Amino acid sequence: MLYSPEPMHIPDGFLSVFVSILLWIASIVVIAYALKRVSVDLDERKVPLMGVLAAAIFAGQMLNFTVIGGTSGHLMGAALATILLGPWAAVLVMTTVVGVQALIFQDGGLLVLGANIFNMGVIGVAVSYMAYETVRRLARGQRWGIFVGGFVAAWLSIEIAALAAGLELAISGTSPANIAIPAMAGIHALIGIGEGLITVFALAFVYAVRPDFLDAGKVKAVKGSLVWVTGLLIALALAIGSPLASAYPDGLEWVAEQQGFLDTAQGSLYEIFPDYVFPGVSNEALATIIAGILGTLLVFGIAFFIGRSRAGRSATS
Amino acid sequence: MHVHFLDPYRPRTSLIHQLDPRVKLVLALAFIFTTALTPVGVWPVYILLLAIIVSVILLSDLGLRYVWGRAILAFPFVLAAVPIIFTAPEPYLAEIPLGQWTLTISATGLERFLSIAFKSWISVQAAIVLAASTPFPNLLIAMRAIRIPRLLVSIFSLMWRYLFILADEVLRLNRARASRSGQAEGSTAKTGGSLVWRARVTGGMAGNLFLRAFERSDRIYNAMLSRGYDGEIRSIPLPRLDSSQLAIIIAALVGLFLLLLLSFAL
Repeated sequence: MLYSPEPMHIPDGFLSVFVSILLWIASIVVIAYALKRVSVDLDERKVPLMGVLAAAIFAGQMLNFTVIGGTSGHLMGAALATILLGPWAAVLVMTTVVGVQALIFQDGGLLVLGANIFNMGVIGVAVSYMAYETVRRLARGQRWGIFVGGFVAAWLSIEIAALAAGLELAISGTSPANIAIPAMAGIHALIGIGEGLITVFALAFVYAVRPDFLDAGKVKAVKGSLVWVTGLLIALALAIGSPLASAYPDGLEWVAEQQGFLDTAQGSLYEIFPDYVFPGVSNEALATIIAGILGTLLVFGIAFFIGRSRAGRSATS
Repeated sequence: MHVHFLDPYRPRTSLIHQLDPRVKLVLALAFIFTTALTPVGVWPVYILLLAIIVSVILLSDLGLRYVWGRAILAFPFVLAAVPIIFTAPEPYLAEIPLGQWTLTISATGLERFLSIAFKSWISVQAAIVLAASTPFPNLLIAMRAIRIPRLLVSIFSLMWRYLFILADEVLRLNRARASRSGQAEGSTAKTGGSLVWRARVTGGMAGNLFLRAFERSDRIYNAMLSRGYDGEIRSIPLPRLDSSQLAIIIAALVGLFLLLLLSFAL
């Protein structure tokens, strides 16, 4: 129940040491900054709140509902945590959740924990924040902004985090880019819908009972432009970069070969990322999936840019 | 019904259980790191690593069945590495005709796939032994010892303390939903309501859970405040590691390093 192995939690052995350490460093930098921000910005009341909310997100994964047949949707929670707590506290909450999942329930590995924290805690939170703030500003304080923003934030955070995981697997030479990335993107486009629906209805419940929780977020938004820009950059880079990597794997192959060279400095005899022809899968289908995802994400990206500029103009006028 | 069965800690009196948590955490991480660093296809070294972890499991009195049973949970991810079997270059072990295409099974791809799966399996066993032989509060001590910031460790500790209470809360929410919903015999029956309706019910439960968590954290904060909390969580200073424990760490690290050298020499 609590340990439902999901394609999002990468176990040990599936990422190369180079990628694992790089993402550990990236995560540690973000966590350190988040710790600083949280201890400056927030009152001490927030410490028990973050702990209990992390426990709630963890336990919330036991809340599932049937989607189709035997598959069920449940909550990752990055979007909900970001909306309710603001980005910096959400980074810490997600770090705690992912850390305990790995340390205690072996849902995700320990050496690759940095990568899992980065995907779900850093990317998930930054993208959620960017999407939620953008839609809410587009809505200009109207109520639908909270719910549409919640859905877009939840779906996009799952999708972008999955693209990141697929890219990491491909760079590590564990799975070919033209299979790993579309597969991760396709599965999580569906999982993201479940996440989005639960998030929206959870927000609706919170809004009905304690609307002050959702209004309080407006104050936090003022200082969040750094997160907003980061979220947008991550989303665009991954939304455009990984389908490209998947369509033209030569660049990735080069990275993987360089890295394979580092990993096996003693000149082991394997080639980490071979020139692949994948005869078993019809490439047209893959190309369609890639094009579809790329298109969707581009539309989202453009909508966000427009939203941002409109919000900026309405603020100055 | 309570969900305490979820706690993976299994009380025993074995040598591994009595080891200092700091030693265990460092050695488990070093073991996983070593496993990750070994190149593809060095089977003698993999067997040695497996022998090490199996002897630790036997010493820990946890039982191979328990550890291997849990290790299966991490296995579905292996699917992600399956395509590598078919996309790696020659020499091919077999060619399977599929209509107008042929599926080629590459020898290097197969070796790489088996290496990834085997290394992943060894690593997860080390993580299981760590979690099953160390109570969580002791792991928190170990986390502090490897310099994880105090604020983060206190979030971890509060989360662990309230995890089971909130999981019980979820069980109650699930039971309430079940008792208000009709259920047909057998699981193959069509699920009631539309997808959006089911999501709305579940989303309401999630929102409810979060509000309960908020309210609980308020009460916890007030309780902490009345006991002198001032924003700083204080804990007893850690005892120093004695020389025998340091000797264990150094010996194990040297051993793992030698294994790593061996894996590159092969």
